[in-house]
Amino acid sequence: MAKIPRPKDFYAGLLFVGFGVLAIIIARNYPLGTAARMGPGYFPRLLGILLIVLGAALSLTALRGQGPPLPGWKWRPVSIVLLSVVAFGLVLTHAGLVLSTIGLIIVASTASREFRLRESVISGILLAALSVGVFVIGLKLQLPIWPGSG
Amino acid sequence: MDVFGHLALGFGVALTPINLVYALVGVLVGTLIGVLPGIGPVATIAMLLPTTYGLQPVSALIMLAGIYYGAQYGGSTTSILINMPGETSSAVTCLDGHQMALKGEAGAALAVAALGSFFAGCVATVMIAAFSPPLSAVALKFGPAEYCSLMVLGLIGAVVLAHGTLLKAIAMVVLGLLLGIVGTDVNSGMARFAFDIPELIDGIGVVAVAMGLFGFAEIVSNLESTEKRAIVAAKVKGLWLTGKQLRQAAPAVLRGTALGSVLGLLPGGGAMLASFAAYTVEKKVAKDPSRFGKGAIEGVAGPESANNAGAQTSFIPLLTLGIPENAVMALMVGAMTIHNIQPGPQVMTSNPSLFWGLVASMWVGNLMLVVLNLPMIGIWIKLLQVPYRLLYPAILLFCGIGVYSTNNASFDVVMTAIFGFLGVIFVKLECEPAPLLLGFVLGPLMEENLRRAMLLSRGDPTVFLTRPISLAMLIVAAGLLLLIILPNFRKTRAAAFQEET
Repeated sequence: MAKIPRPKDFYAGLLFVGFGVLAIIIARNYPLGTAARMGPGYFPRLLGILLIVLGAALSLTALRGQGPPLPGWKWRPVSIVLLSVVAFGLVLTHAGLVLSTIGLIIVASTASREFRLRESVISGILLAALSVGVFVIGLKLQLPIWPGSG
Repeated sequence: MDVFGHLALGFGVALTPINLVYALVGVLVGTLIGVLPGIGPVATIAMLLPTTYGLQPVSALIMLAGIYYGAQYGGSTTSILINMPGETSSAVTCLDGHQMALKGEAGAALAVAALGSFFAGCVATVMIAAFSPPLSAVALKFGPAEYCSLMVLGLIGAVVLAHGTLLKAIAMVVLGLLLGIVGTDVNSGMARFAFDIPELIDGIGVVAVAMGLFGFAEIVSNLESTEKRAIVAAKVKGLWLTGKQLRQAAPAVLRGTALGSVLGLLPGGGAMLASFAAYTVEKKVAKDPSRFGKGAIEGVAGPESANNAGAQTSFIPLLTLGIPENAVMALMVGAMTIHNIQPGPQVMTSNPSLFWGLVASMWVGNLMLVVLNLPMIGIWIKLLQVPYRLLYPAILLFCGIGVYSTNNASFDVVMTAIFGFLGVIFVKLECEPAPLLLGFVLGPLMEENLRRAMLLSRGDPTVFLTRPISLAMLIVAAGLLLLIILPNFRKTRAAAFQEET
């Protein structure tokens, strides 16, 4: 296959087409209604079609001209950053704010190439104290501080 | 009531001790994140939005607004001292601001940025007070067809003025609209795109979308980049201007304020566009343009006044028409909605103390910024020396706490992570997230008005063209699109010709 001149636009276009197709498939059973009395399916389908048209047009224009290549994809920062926060959200109710915070800070810090364990532990403890002070005592958010207290 | 009566009412609200405290918190947090590169006002406001549930609506809005214009003050400090924009809207300030710092004029650069911003903030506050009542009076007469066309105009405008490929930006708007209508359909009560997940029946939260696309995606890209942040803070001495500098800077401040105020009103406008435009104008009107890039004080005074003016006047379309024009305003819609305020022309009449209190607080906040900022510069410089490897886990923590406390549920955190993942993909494909966020908050409103307009016209789509105001807005939108397509068209043709020869 020949190289695509503007890969960023090309794949962005495909992404939009994908979202459009997905929207139409999911919305296939929503009542369409008429133009005067639109049902819940009318607007979503309209947007779905629009997305497909725009995405396709974008991909087609990307077959001409010149553009930068796709940047590389590094799984390490993406997965560590996102999963550490998800884990934080999942354990917060059970483990309490203090332990979850220290855990999040240490795990998230490993995403950086300059990771230093000692530093992250200290930073985690300080931030745990700060967030208890600001969010639980100051702003009175309903967050458990210790395991079992929520 | 006249402008002064309104402002008196507003100051009565803004000067209550509790609102003064929230204004102070807002501008301080705003300055802080403005100084720190790698975190912007959108992510910060998204982070703090859930913590405002318990506050009075007016206090919440005062604090969140303070973050936005406070960030404009903070951004310039980083640009001037370490030649790196703390905020995108301060990027042009690097050009001459840092050069001034290298010449030992950092104090003057910081002073002119702060004083210019303050002047611009005062003018913009008066503009909001003067222009909002007539605009909202017009908007109150709008029917659903006009509203629909206005939203089309707003979204198209936002796309045209955003950078990047036009088709991509429009597609991002449409995707945003689609994500916005996830949840229960108000007319039929049917749950759409909810996949039987109870949390999705209420729709996707604006906090999850904004924080994922702006906060998380930004952190991931920062971690991937191999660039090292070199922190070479220039010495600051004598935070004041000489008479000559004052004479050079004053006209630039005036021009920047005027330009910023107008550009702030446009869809897609706001602080960033204003500062870039102001720099271009200063370079054009200067007697000796070669001074620019070598420490011309006008190159700091113009853009810094413009970005603050633009940040503030961008509240006008939100407060009078209910149409957000940039990502920060989209979040303000979210903030108003969680306090059960529907943004739009009726806010001013149904909730005058909220409206005028917010306006007056902007002036108060600007005063706090100019008084506090200059003496606090030493602290900001210290903060800049905190390495990113310590900073980003803390940002993640505050994001996590903010999202979690939206509903006290883990679901929102997962949702944010999904949008974070999507955000990283968008960064790789160079898709700007701001248009998506605008579409997202306007989605339900647009569907509702489209339905009503079509119901009233008995299904005749020409209603958008036969009503004069609606037609005028659509013509302007089409004109804007043509404007951007034409030069592109010419460029492509030029490139094609080059290939032939």
